[in-house]
Amino acid sequence: MDATAPQEPGPPILDLWHPVAILAELTAGETIRTRLLDRDIAVGLDGEGAPLAWLITGEAPGGAPESLPAIAAYEFAWTSLGTPPAEIFAIPECDEPDRRNLATFSVGVHVSAPRAVENFLDLGHFPYVHAGILGQVPRTEVADYRVEVDPETNELWALDCEFFQPQAAAASTDGQMSQYTYRVPHPYCVMLYKSCPTDESRFDVIALFCQALSADRVLFHTFMSVIDEVSSDEQIRAFQTLVSAQDKPILENQTPRLLPLEVGAEASVRSDRASVAYRRWLGDLGVGYGVIPAGLPDDGS
Amino acid sequence: MIKLYDYLLSANCYKARLLLSMLDVPHELVPIEFYPRREHESAAFKKINPLGHIPVIDDDGFILRDAHAILMYLACKYDGGRDWYPTGDPRLLGEVASWLQFADGTAATASAARLCINFGYDFDLEACQAGAHRLFRVLDEHVWFREQEGLSWVASAAAPTVADMALFPDVALSEEGGISREDYPALRRWTERIQRLGGFIDMPGVLPVAPLPS
Repeated sequence: MDATAPQEPGPPILDLWHPVAILAELTAGETIRTRLLDRDIAVGLDGEGAPLAWLITGEAPGGAPESLPAIAAYEFAWTSLGTPPAEIFAIPECDEPDRRNLATFSVGVHVSAPRAVENFLDLGHFPYVHAGILGQVPRTEVADYRVEVDPETNELWALDCEFFQPQAAAASTDGQMSQYTYRVPHPYCVMLYKSCPTDESRFDVIALFCQALSADRVLFHTFMSVIDEVSSDEQIRAFQTLVSAQDKPILENQTPRLLPLEVGAEASVRSDRASVAYRRWLGDLGVGYGVIPAGLPDDGS
Repeated sequence: MIKLYDYLLSANCYKARLLLSMLDVPHELVPIEFYPRREHESAAFKKINPLGHIPVIDDDGFILRDAHAILMYLACKYDGGRDWYPTGDPRLLGEVASWLQFADGTAATASAARLCINFGYDFDLEACQAGAHRLFRVLDEHVWFREQEGLSWVASAAAPTVADMALFPDVALSEEGGISREDYPALRRWTERIQRLGGFIDMPGVLPVAPLPS
């Protein structure tokens, strides 16, 4: 099989919820066009402010567009091209009354969704890609951490991660040892729980929701649920804009753009434990879109 | 102090940030949230620039919009119109002006392609990319001929001019618009020379150059 041939999403990807628009950018009575899994999609709002989605099939004018399921969650409109679960994965922290929930930054990136998720899981790139903010040379060591799959939810978790950060969040005034927990609740969505600079007892939530436009292109949507009484919305978004914009060229220079699932296809070190587990987890779920499945003969054989 | 109404990911704002840095002019950045809030189109910002675009500078009450106008003003005011905007040399000044005009073309093509891919702008992406390649071919040949004459910059001067600053962002960020620079070796050498100038600053999307061997 040619790894660059068009890929069919197939289940389980078709049956998942996928983000397709920032709710705040939608207006009742108007639709925006976007792409999802190589299909053209229209997204709008009904009179009550609930999202609507349609598949644009390109059939003769006058034919009714095919309606798709749609829900609102975490400041985004989500849809599905298959039969989605009744509810999207829960982020209970978002319901805490003093949380600020924000769609922070979205940008098109020429990379597969799994590569973007894998990069998000990687603590090792902080001192190099986000120098002076999320990390700082020479404090580059990634302490050992645990990875596990929750047997009840089948979500992937990376626990007990710790990293020195000069400016961990918009509200930071000083460097801190940040405690991180990563959670992968969806093949193309990943979030982290991170020590909150303004409240030691709780964690800020930062999420990446990938909208897979095609197998090797995403809209990279970021979302935050933070405890921060100081920063303006603009300051919080500006912080995430900078961090995401730093990741973009790094992601676009990864080869191949699709994520290889074959064990040993790419060299890994101990700090890549989360990446290795994520690749295995995708394989176990049967994900074949945005990846190079395991078991394909490599070029040399 | 000069205020620059700025957006981190704007190629046009980057032109102004670059020259301010190269001239070592103290300045304050006033962030305008281009995305997602489209603050540049807000009523409040339109009092500063009725056209609703950035960059704009405010130099002690003197308000000036448009990246290339800002480059000319800064060069004349802070470099005395010597090297960066060579007002004393008619031929050179003519060359600089023609390349500033050319940079309007790269903004309408290479930069527009980047807006399509990054922020979902509804332009004709393929037409933007094809237009950028036509201009990059011309610029690459021009720079190659300059190099044969021992010159390093787009105008026939020994030092870089505002024309180099006006062209650099669209060229250096072209990959984000799906415009590869693989076929333009002279352009790649020229961007590297700019990145090695004193006072150079990058922006997200501009990949750093390797350090020179010591």
